[in-house]
Amino acid sequence: MTYYKLPVSSLSALFDRVAEKQTLYIPTDKDGHAVFAPYESGMQLTKKLNTDRSAKDFFFPQTENLYDIKMKGKQLTVEDTREECEDFTVFGVKGCDARSFAILDKVFLSDPVDTYYKNRREHGTVVSLACNRPEETCFCRAFGIDAGDPEGDATAWRIGDEMIFAARTEKGEAFLSSVKDLLTETDGAMVESLKKAVAYIMDQLPLGNISFEGMKQTDLMTHFKNEKWAGLSESCLGCGTCTFVCPTCQCYDIREFDTGKGVKKFRCWDSCMYSDFTLMAHGNSRNSQLERFRQRFMHKLVYFPNNNGGEFGCVGCGRCLAKCPIQTNIVKVEKALEVRSDD
Amino acid sequence: MTNETLIPMIGVVTDIRRDTPDVKTFRVEAPEGGKVFEHIPGQCAMLSIPGAGEGMFSITSSPTQKNYMEFSIKKCGCLTSWLHQMEVGQQIGIRGPYGNGFPVDTDFAGKDLLFIAGGIGLAPLHSVINYCRDNRDRYGKIDIVYGSRSMDDLVDYQEILDEWCKEDGINVYLTIDREQEGWDGHVGFVPNYVKELGFDVNKTAVICGPPIMIKFTLAGLVELGFEKSNVYTTMELRMKCGVGKCGRCNIGDKYVCKDGPVFRCDQLAEMPDEY
Repeated sequence: MTYYKLPVSSLSALFDRVAEKQTLYIPTDKDGHAVFAPYESGMQLTKKLNTDRSAKDFFFPQTENLYDIKMKGKQLTVEDTREECEDFTVFGVKGCDARSFAILDKVFLSDPVDTYYKNRREHGTVVSLACNRPEETCFCRAFGIDAGDPEGDATAWRIGDEMIFAARTEKGEAFLSSVKDLLTETDGAMVESLKKAVAYIMDQLPLGNISFEGMKQTDLMTHFKNEKWAGLSESCLGCGTCTFVCPTCQCYDIREFDTGKGVKKFRCWDSCMYSDFTLMAHGNSRNSQLERFRQRFMHKLVYFPNNNGGEFGCVGCGRCLAKCPIQTNIVKVEKALEVRSDD
Repeated sequence: MTNETLIPMIGVVTDIRRDTPDVKTFRVEAPEGGKVFEHIPGQCAMLSIPGAGEGMFSITSSPTQKNYMEFSIKKCGCLTSWLHQMEVGQQIGIRGPYGNGFPVDTDFAGKDLLFIAGGIGLAPLHSVINYCRDNRDRYGKIDIVYGSRSMDDLVDYQEILDEWCKEDGINVYLTIDREQEGWDGHVGFVPNYVKELGFDVNKTAVICGPPIMIKFTLAGLVELGFEKSNVYTTMELRMKCGVGKCGRCNIGDKYVCKDGPVFRCDQLAEMPDEY
């Protein structure tokens, strides 16, 4: 891997350069929250560890139009209103969110391919940013993610007054060559020491060394029938906050909006925590909050791994730990369900 | 831009039959004539009307019917009410086919088949029954047990009387839930009737109906000595995408739209009871 460096004071120049040719998104502060926003000259990176919302919107937006459909008399016309997505770059994606794209790929790029998602994926360049100081809610390491060495088309590390860059894919190479005159080649020594420093911090954190592998010691039906679901779900409000902040939650609804001149068929995020998610004319297959709560965690911890070579549907970003109004979360659930060797 | 599975094609309703007070059968063809797409028995399609919504319906006609597809639909909600007030010539959105369908060319081949349906549950079986009738030499004896609330609620009653009942090698057993004037056939619920009739346990059975009817009928068949691996059913849960991505029709790690809707009962026994 070839490394390049740039003084942090020149980062704005790099952003300006990238934003001349395409939309660049960076994590910045807005009304006290860290959010990804389209870069404008002078915009500063947030000092917060991660954004409130995940980065999934870039490829799987909260709402998007699928097509227009009109009825005139008995005649229907269907119009595919999509345009080819323009190239864009997202800078500052953390290791957890960078991995979430690989998980979403397994859903949306598996047969039959979701072309709305694929179009954005092909046109988006992800420049990840290593974490310098993971926090108490971080547990990405449980999924083999190195917060100090995140995936992406290219990766950036902030070390003191310098930003170090390296490319991992063709798109990453293209990103670096578009700003090459600002960069100076360097070695990877500083990156190696940052990785070690981040690993040391992870070791000190409460969730830094947890493992989810205990979930795999028993089968789907044993987990499903576990009596602990009742207690775990008892106080769940069914608010769906966990699903909306989650970088890997991908359940969606298809709904329509009548503009008066025709109907816009749109897709929007949905939540398996909601009572109408599975409601049918003849009844509801998941009637109680216990069943809905169990569905969400079984999906991430058992169903998704069963269908995807053992990979969990979680990246350890910690957003559900920080945002759940009743302080429940996937770590508590996993700890309650896992089979320990001393059981 | 490549073709997208979520965008419907257009179908035209070319015939509407009233089957029962709340079930109508709609014939759908492509605007230029012929079928909108091919399917195998047991597969489903998403039908939509702008302003009324989109829903998954089993394709009732057999694929051996070369010119059109049919859908028998019970009026029970917003979309189905809209469909019920349609007139011939109406265009609808249609996409599919979805799901695995019945193993008509593999597990069913050469077998004696026992079809058991309740109410509108005949709709998904109608396709496979007529497929087997049209390929009569590839299957053994066919038994059909069909029950409904009343005589008026028997879907495809005329076709059953005029065609199914008159064919060699096919036995039809009809039942209704309660006594009714003008009915001299069997009265009683389907699960009990199946037990009374007591079929040869080497038959391959296919059940479809309300969830409660499926559960009791399966229990009855097991009591008679049927192996669960020899009993099939077809499920329906709420669906939006039809391709295993929107996340709502799963039972455990299986998606009904993609891994089903047809399941063997030994497979179902290993899955959570969430349907």
